[in-house]
Amino acid sequence: MSWLWVVGIALLALVPFVAPNLQLLVSFALAKGLAVVGVTVLLRAGQVSFGHALFFGISAYIGAFVMASFPATEFLVILIAGTLGATLAGLVVGLFVVRYRGIFFGMLNLAFSMIFWSILEKFYHYTGGADGIRLTRPTVLGMELGRGAFELFLYYLAIVLVVALGWFTIRWFASPVGQLFQTIKTNETRLEYLGISPRRALLSGYLLSAALCGVGGILMATTQGVVTPEYVWWVRSAEMVFIAVLGGAGSVRGAFIGALIYEFVRTYASAYAGDVWQMLLGAFLLVIILFAPGGIMGLIGAAFSRGGRKSS
Amino acid sequence: MNFTTFLLALFDGVSYAALVFIVALGLTLIFGVMRILNVAHGSLYAIGAYATVSIVGWVLAMGAAPVLAFPLMLVSAVLVGVLIGGPIEYFLLRRIYDKSEVLQLLVTFAVFMILEDVQRLVWGTQPYFEAQALRALGNVSVFGVTYTVYQLILLPSVAIVLLLGLRFFLRRTVTGKLITATTEDREAAQSIGIDADRVFLLTFVLGAVLAGLGGALASPTTSILPGMGADMIVLSFAVVATAGLGQIEGAALTALMIGMGRSFAIYIWPEIAVLVPYLIMVLVLLVRPEGLFGSPAARKI
Repeated sequence: MSWLWVVGIALLALVPFVAPNLQLLVSFALAKGLAVVGVTVLLRAGQVSFGHALFFGISAYIGAFVMASFPATEFLVILIAGTLGATLAGLVVGLFVVRYRGIFFGMLNLAFSMIFWSILEKFYHYTGGADGIRLTRPTVLGMELGRGAFELFLYYLAIVLVVALGWFTIRWFASPVGQLFQTIKTNETRLEYLGISPRRALLSGYLLSAALCGVGGILMATTQGVVTPEYVWWVRSAEMVFIAVLGGAGSVRGAFIGALIYEFVRTYASAYAGDVWQMLLGAFLLVIILFAPGGIMGLIGAAFSRGGRKSS
Repeated sequence: MNFTTFLLALFDGVSYAALVFIVALGLTLIFGVMRILNVAHGSLYAIGAYATVSIVGWVLAMGAAPVLAFPLMLVSAVLVGVLIGGPIEYFLLRRIYDKSEVLQLLVTFAVFMILEDVQRLVWGTQPYFEAQALRALGNVSVFGVTYTVYQLILLPSVAIVLLLGLRFFLRRTVTGKLITATTEDREAAQSIGIDADRVFLLTFVLGAVLAGLGGALASPTTSILPGMGADMIVLSFAVVATAGLGQIEGAALTALMIGMGRSFAIYIWPEIAVLVPYLIMVLVLLVRPEGLFGSPAARKI
């Protein structure tokens, strides 16, 4: 099935030429998709975070602050600063939340993201409050690009990052650490009997998930040109979990397919049914959960195994 | 902070805590029995408030006495619980009890999204204000501080009555014991003839009525606008998690801590008022990972 993915990526790469009006939509989907992979990583360990928009937002705000303090900053600097910031925040929050499982894990993440959200909202002298911060365009390898060229650059960078980080995450799941990490879901106590610390394994996955959210946040912020506290709001976090389940909980590729489908449904539902787009999205989610709990990857898997009786 | 502001902060805290407790009580009940964290709880709260404003406004416009607002609040809450809560459990939740926790949460999140739009379609986006019930009870003066009877006496009384009432219901009545038994062990309860489906339906409707009642009681004290449900749900999540999952007394204590913390913050350092509930939650869980009244779960190998 791997050739299908190559075709899919090639199709994405053609979008700016074949369907330029979809370019921005796909950009957003890819940025969100990276954050969704972050949530997916934790789902592999059976943990749901209802606050991962925190890392998405921290990275975006770090990018905005760096740009505001040092005009015409190199894009690479912002990308690294945002990702590092999100990872560092992941370490601080992670050290605390890895002691918890299930609902407590989810709710604590929520609490941390809500704390950051209210700081962004209330300390408006620094953060611009609900209006957020507008970003100027960074330079790319010393060049000052026009708007169109910069968006095109971001688009292809997003594809490259998605392929690279997606591949890395899949490899990580297969690695010894990744295997340990997944055991937290199935049998944590046995891990302890083996003399391995489940907390440390969970923390390593948590750092990876925060970093992925960080990269997504920076891409989103620079593509959108503005950061607002909405980036960190709990509904954004819930959306990430939503997309992860839509794609197929636990699947990296599913995360991106889910993000693309979600962005399409959201954009067209709000364009053609402005008043009820949330309702449509909710109904869509209900249908997926009730009739295809394996998500879209589950459906794809079923479609492919029907002929050859292959199990995945 | 002088004595007058101290009293004001105290009264604000009590009335706010009472409201938060009533909403969180419904969430705690549903979680305690069904192990489902109901995101749509916030929508039921908001719709309870909207329904009350509509029904009370409509009846009082016909020339009824303002006191009638109180029974009408109860009516709206029950309507919300039965007409919205009932179908949610019967048509949706019932299908996913054996599925994973994430999916259960997401079903209620989907319902939340749907109800947010329903609420916007029915009531629009303009704020509503209907304070007849607040004015009907007048004011009371304590040490020179004037406060409304509604917020200082009625809300806390309702909260206390509900706390004691629910305790009594769950521990002393047959139906309550059936609910507790089903919570402990669903299969064993079914094997001795308890209709678990009905217990779950009853619990969910009861929880939904409490959410609606919270909204109904909140309606005279605040303007009703979109987004109020989303704000309330994260707050009651914080209460439920800090309390220790499914702990009714814990919810009462946490609601009080959060209500007091928030109202004192408003007078001392207003910027951090929104932050206080989550700080309390993080601090409590740092010391007691299972929540204030929770007990560590037994581990299965």
